[in-house]
Amino acid sequence: MAKKPIQFQLNGSGQAIFAEEGSNLLDVLRRGVGDLSPKYGCGQGTCGTCTVLVNGEPRLSCLTLAETVEGQSVETTAGLAHGPQLHALQHAFMDNFAAQCGYCTPGMLMAAKALLDRNPSPSREEVVEAISGNICRCTGYEPIINAVLAAAQSGGRRYG
Amino acid sequence: MPMSVKTFAQVDEAARALAASRSARYLGGGTLIMRAVNYGDQSFDTIIRTTDPRLKQIAQQGEMLVIGAGITMSEIIANRETAFLAPVARTVGGQAIRNMATVGGNLFAASPYGDFTAALLALDARIVPAGGQPISLEEFLNARERNAGLVIVSVQIPRLRDVNAFRYVKVSRVKPKGIAVMSIAAVLPMQAGRLANARIAHGALGPRPLRALAVERALEGRSLDEAGIAQALAVATEGIDPPSDPIASDWYRRQIAPVHLKRLLLGQRR
Repeated sequence: MAKKPIQFQLNGSGQAIFAEEGSNLLDVLRRGVGDLSPKYGCGQGTCGTCTVLVNGEPRLSCLTLAETVEGQSVETTAGLAHGPQLHALQHAFMDNFAAQCGYCTPGMLMAAKALLDRNPSPSREEVVEAISGNICRCTGYEPIINAVLAAAQSGGRRYG
Repeated sequence: MPMSVKTFAQVDEAARALAASRSARYLGGGTLIMRAVNYGDQSFDTIIRTTDPRLKQIAQQGEMLVIGAGITMSEIIANRETAFLAPVARTVGGQAIRNMATVGGNLFAASPYGDFTAALLALDARIVPAGGQPISLEEFLNARERNAGLVIVSVQIPRLRDVNAFRYVKVSRVKPKGIAVMSIAAVLPMQAGRLANARIAHGALGPRPLRALAVERALEGRSLDEAGIAQALAVATEGIDPPSDPIASDWYRRQIAPVHLKRLLLGQRR
């Protein structure tokens, strides 16, 4: 089977791997690179748990043809923490009990990060809009929204 | 199935490659094709795509606003020329989908998707296929299955004299957004308080976006008030062919079509 070389930045460090032609970015991240933080949910663009940032903008990695990120910058939840120091969003998600089963959490975190990077003090409505493509099947949306707002209030610095 | 991906620098090359293969599909933003790949669609083994910058342009050309087929919903929202279409683009998916889904891809999105195309239909858009003459969107949609082998370069929209004449609503069951129960796009030009050449199009009320021709006829020369639109509401379900899907039944869509049409025409929404 034909394989294609792909090079891209993942959470700030260079990756060079061979991917099967036609494979999606999620497969390349999980099986190729070994970054298991983005999840496979529906595979059809409905659930949002595979959300990653490409050049800072949220994309659904399961619907992204892997080779289209050649030379681009990809961010996943695995890159949120700096060593032992968690990202403000991660702290806020824990403090606000924003994860129940946890399956939607990586997608929620990346959608929220894209929002806060662009808009450091969003309104509640803007948070709702930003995560509107991410489904939490536990229906725990309120704690998630509160967590994103709390992270914003912490000024993006270490939360708490 | 082993898949091969062919990337072309020129859209015309991509179009020729697509036309020459029975087992190839053209990739726009990926939200339709990659979904098919993920679901093990066996009907194609080749993905064709192009990096042609022509597909990423938005420009005024004379009386036409030209939107490249590769323009995403997010780019529609961000661009000043297409600002009047932002309320439509905002109803398409969440942020990640909008960063991917393209104007060209929406033309092929099966019901109940394709709300953006319904808006283009109301706006009397023409589509420009690679290596071909522009055709009316209506003509294109009427033979959409046969047109699946076309690569679209751009969409042309006649300049709106008054952008306020354009109205749009998408009805969903979940907030802030969801898949369409139905959508309505309307261009309602007024002359001395009377409607002249109104165009109305529906999304998710048929197998493809459809014009509401009976409604348009009933609105001609009328005023936009309860009495003026009564006849239009009476024929609101004429010509529609709503699907029954997990979002809503045919029956339900027929019941609510006049309700939302009335609200849109009287400006009782938003």
